[in-house]
Amino acid sequence: MMRNPKDLTRYDAQERANHWLVGICFILLALSGLAFFHPAFYPLTQLFGGGVWARILHPFIGVVMALAFLVMFFRFKSLNAMTPADKEWLSRVGEMIDGNDHNMPEQGKYNGGQKMMFWAMALCMLLLLVSGIALWRAYFSFPVDAVRLGAVVHAAIAAIMIAMIFVHVYAALWVRGTVRAMVYGTVTRAWAKQHHRAWYRQVTGKS
Amino acid sequence: MALQSLDIARRSATTTPAPGVRQTTEVAKLIDVSTCIGCKACQVACMEWNDIRDEVGSNVGVYDNPADLTPKSWTVMRYAEVEEKGKLEWLIRKDGCMHCADPGCLKACPAPGAIIQYANGIVDFHQENCIGCGYCVTGCPFNIPRISQEDSKAYKCTLCSDRVAVGQAPACAKVCPTGAIQFGSKEQMKDYAAKRVVDLKSRGYDKAGLYDPAGVGGTHVMYVLHHADRPELYKGLPNDPGISPLVSLWKGLAKPVATVAMAAVALGSLFHYVMKGPNEVSKELEDELEKEDAK
Repeated sequence: MMRNPKDLTRYDAQERANHWLVGICFILLALSGLAFFHPAFYPLTQLFGGGVWARILHPFIGVVMALAFLVMFFRFKSLNAMTPADKEWLSRVGEMIDGNDHNMPEQGKYNGGQKMMFWAMALCMLLLLVSGIALWRAYFSFPVDAVRLGAVVHAAIAAIMIAMIFVHVYAALWVRGTVRAMVYGTVTRAWAKQHHRAWYRQVTGKS
Repeated sequence: MALQSLDIARRSATTTPAPGVRQTTEVAKLIDVSTCIGCKACQVACMEWNDIRDEVGSNVGVYDNPADLTPKSWTVMRYAEVEEKGKLEWLIRKDGCMHCADPGCLKACPAPGAIIQYANGIVDFHQENCIGCGYCVTGCPFNIPRISQEDSKAYKCTLCSDRVAVGQAPACAKVCPTGAIQFGSKEQMKDYAAKRVVDLKSRGYDKAGLYDPAGVGGTHVMYVLHHADRPELYKGLPNDPGISPLVSLWKGLAKPVATVAMAAVALGSLFHYVMKGPNEVSKELEDELEKEDAK
């Protein structure tokens, strides 16, 4: 749906569907995974039909997320190459967080923070997949010390990942006009010009 | 045995105190390896009392049969042939759950009430609450729990908690023809073991002693060993067992630290929003673009 014909397309339908497949899997995995991590979260297993079902489903959802993320990784990899402008942006991220983004260096489709998030998530996904396989007793059997290490890595990385996703979601909510990019696929020209000026120039041909 | 609600000392994945008004005597099983003849009557009694029959396996060339613990074989005799001072020694150890005072399985278990430690020291699996994750296997320093391929539940020796609850000795202790398996209060068993150690020392086993490893807070299944200085001679009985530091980290510090960190990020975001306000597209830019369009 194009709200205004002058809006800019940021994500096509495939990209959006791909993102939300990863997102839904992540939410389900975080809820079921937290249940196994701390007794305070154990009641979350009820969302999955009880503890046994949560234990059965969690790894399968994980495989779906890993595959969907792999596709997304190759979709967006080249757009996330770090540039000197990104490093400049990152060194001044404090100003951004402080709510004063007017003097931030000009950014392309993604800013330095988004790119860092992209690579950090890719690394976390890989570690979660490998450690998760070590824990999947229904189909795999590894030496007990490998499983112990896998459990620590899986829990630690998952906690980091959940915190990163909070930041990811919050950033989208905080920067008004962003969520629609992942829902309708479009953003306003003013949004693009303010937050991603180099990208704005590139897609509009204007200064 | 969920009926003994007053006698629970610890419950898996539970952060509040267990009912603790009643004190019960700590029990222990003492396995005197030096008087065991390896007849496997204990294995048979275990099968009979618990009413489980493992698959009939095939001979793998040694006396160990079945070759390992399984979800349906909660105790097995392990036979080690060791040469000591130029003489062959046949060391036969009845393997099974040690019922640790500080049970790694219980510490690792994420399912509330799937593992219970009774006040008398018995560590019991309650399969109705087990979710089949296998974390107990990672927690155990003795490699005891087994996950069934049929029902994905964890199984191990119960120390016949049902028999002990009504004042009976475990089936294996009851049936042992040589008295190598003794059962009573932990204090009684230590006294009995001390006498056995004196006897063994008088027979030339200078290093005879009791196996009640401190690394897991002591156990409620103890061994009298002729070579207590080298427990690993007995088919790999660990010398200084303890819960793996990885499991302690995962089930200890990581839980509060990660929970607080995740909550801090979520709350930090909320407070950032209310203190700094949303990052809106500037009105100036919007007007500028509108003007351009009007041209």
